[in-house]
Amino acid sequence: MTAPNHNWRKFKNSFMQTLTFACAILVVTPLVLVFYHLIKEGFSSINLAFFTQLPKPEGEIGGGMGNAIVGTFVLLGQAAVVGVPVGVLGGVFLSEYGGTKLNWAIRFAADILNGVPSINWGIVVWGLLVVPMHTYSALAGGVVLGMMMIPLVMRTTEEVLQLVPGGYREAALALGISKWKTIVQIVIRTAMKGIVTGVLLALARVAGETAPLIFTALGNENWPHKLTEPIAAMPLQIYNYAIGPYNDQHRQAWAGAFVLLLLVLFINIGVRFLTRDRFKPKT
Amino acid sequence: MSTAANNPNTALTVRNLAVYFGANKVLKDVSIDVAARAVTAIIGPSGCGKSTFLRALNRMHELNPEARMEGEIKLFGDDIYSRNVEPVVVRRRVGMVFQKSNPFPTMSITENVTVGLRLNGVREKKILNERTEQSLRMAALWDEVKDRLHAPAISLSGGQQQRLCIARALAVQPEVLLMDEPASALDPLATQKIEDLILQLKRDYTIVIVTHNMQQAARVSDFTAFFYLGELVEFDATAKIFTSPSKKQTEDYVTGRFG
Repeated sequence: MTAPNHNWRKFKNSFMQTLTFACAILVVTPLVLVFYHLIKEGFSSINLAFFTQLPKPEGEIGGGMGNAIVGTFVLLGQAAVVGVPVGVLGGVFLSEYGGTKLNWAIRFAADILNGVPSINWGIVVWGLLVVPMHTYSALAGGVVLGMMMIPLVMRTTEEVLQLVPGGYREAALALGISKWKTIVQIVIRTAMKGIVTGVLLALARVAGETAPLIFTALGNENWPHKLTEPIAAMPLQIYNYAIGPYNDQHRQAWAGAFVLLLLVLFINIGVRFLTRDRFKPKT
Repeated sequence: MSTAANNPNTALTVRNLAVYFGANKVLKDVSIDVAARAVTAIIGPSGCGKSTFLRALNRMHELNPEARMEGEIKLFGDDIYSRNVEPVVVRRRVGMVFQKSNPFPTMSITENVTVGLRLNGVREKKILNERTEQSLRMAALWDEVKDRLHAPAISLSGGQQQRLCIARALAVQPEVLLMDEPASALDPLATQKIEDLILQLKRDYTIVIVTHNMQQAARVSDFTAFFYLGELVEFDATAKIFTSPSKKQTEDYVTGRFG
């Protein structure tokens, strides 16, 4: 009530305000730094050859990582084939069927899986596919990324399906439409943009995974031929070049990191674009 | 209530209906004959079981996994709870309109009207087009939307959306139409349109309507059932319920002394 007391309060207020603002800035700083370095070091190394050529033998100047770029897309395609159907249908089960206790257990398992270090996934698929097939392969790489997508896609699918108002389900069932058709034609259709968003974010998340690919896809100096052969991938190539001794490899590693970041960025921009007029239930 | 069960003037015969949600008995021993091609209103204070009663008539209450029923409901003589009857089939014969209008947001006006037919396997364009016009006309919406049938359904006003929902329910040609407070979220003009529509529809359809609005029950219905605490207190011709009810509870409620 007295003046000094008031000033102390004002000081505390502005101090806390500054502190929270500083922390908010701290959150954004790494992104700005990463971008700054990648553009500074990587942008100048990006040319047509980078996208279209194979790596040159060690020590030689030039070449590119076209095979790794193609490899990353091949791996992501396989990952989608494995991860999307299982993840989406699992999410449908959680949201539309399933009892409370069972759902709790599945959700719990999915959340744990989302937190499993990615290298563990690599070891699991190494044991499941690489050992029995006696070779590292693109297939194993795609499967491991797909398996990592499943819990992510499942949880986001469940969440967006839960956002669909129950009134639409009731209206469809009251028309004598079967439950399965109601789910596919009414509920999933209404939540489609949200589901696609979840899939894209999961793809963006696994696109940069390196550790699981060391155990599965291994990497390759040539263009991809068969799914049963080792395949190059951008994160692997970046890793190999970054720990290598040659300056030209470092240069290409920066460029690769920059392109990989751009890929993830474009996926995220695509998500923003999709969710721009995302379905909002009328209240 | 001594009408023979197979009387063609009786659409629904309800006998000793009880509905439980878990251990909670929300409807107790209800017996009613719902007259065909007439409007039957269900009135009563909140929580009296009137919505549950309505939903038991097309087995929609079964969406709640805790729900359990006893008793018997016959639709033109067919036991709708018989072991070999699928709820899906019951709901095709007994349509429903909800309190909150809920046209499917991803579909156009036409698609909303025909969705029940299309998802039950009707493919012929001609039938779908015919049924669209017919249903929209019956729902008194045709003149307002005939120039924009392919516009999104959610571009319509609230009252139009509710009439679209009625058209959608009519398109599958049910025998009975259940309405759960169909006008309670609408303004007076839109409400009047819905009420006019109900009076039109009863020429061809059996209508059961739940309403909180007693004037509305008096205006549109031929018969009125008064529910209180899960029990059917009184069921009679609407004129009788509102002028000289035989039970004191009914009189207190319709004159606004409680509830």
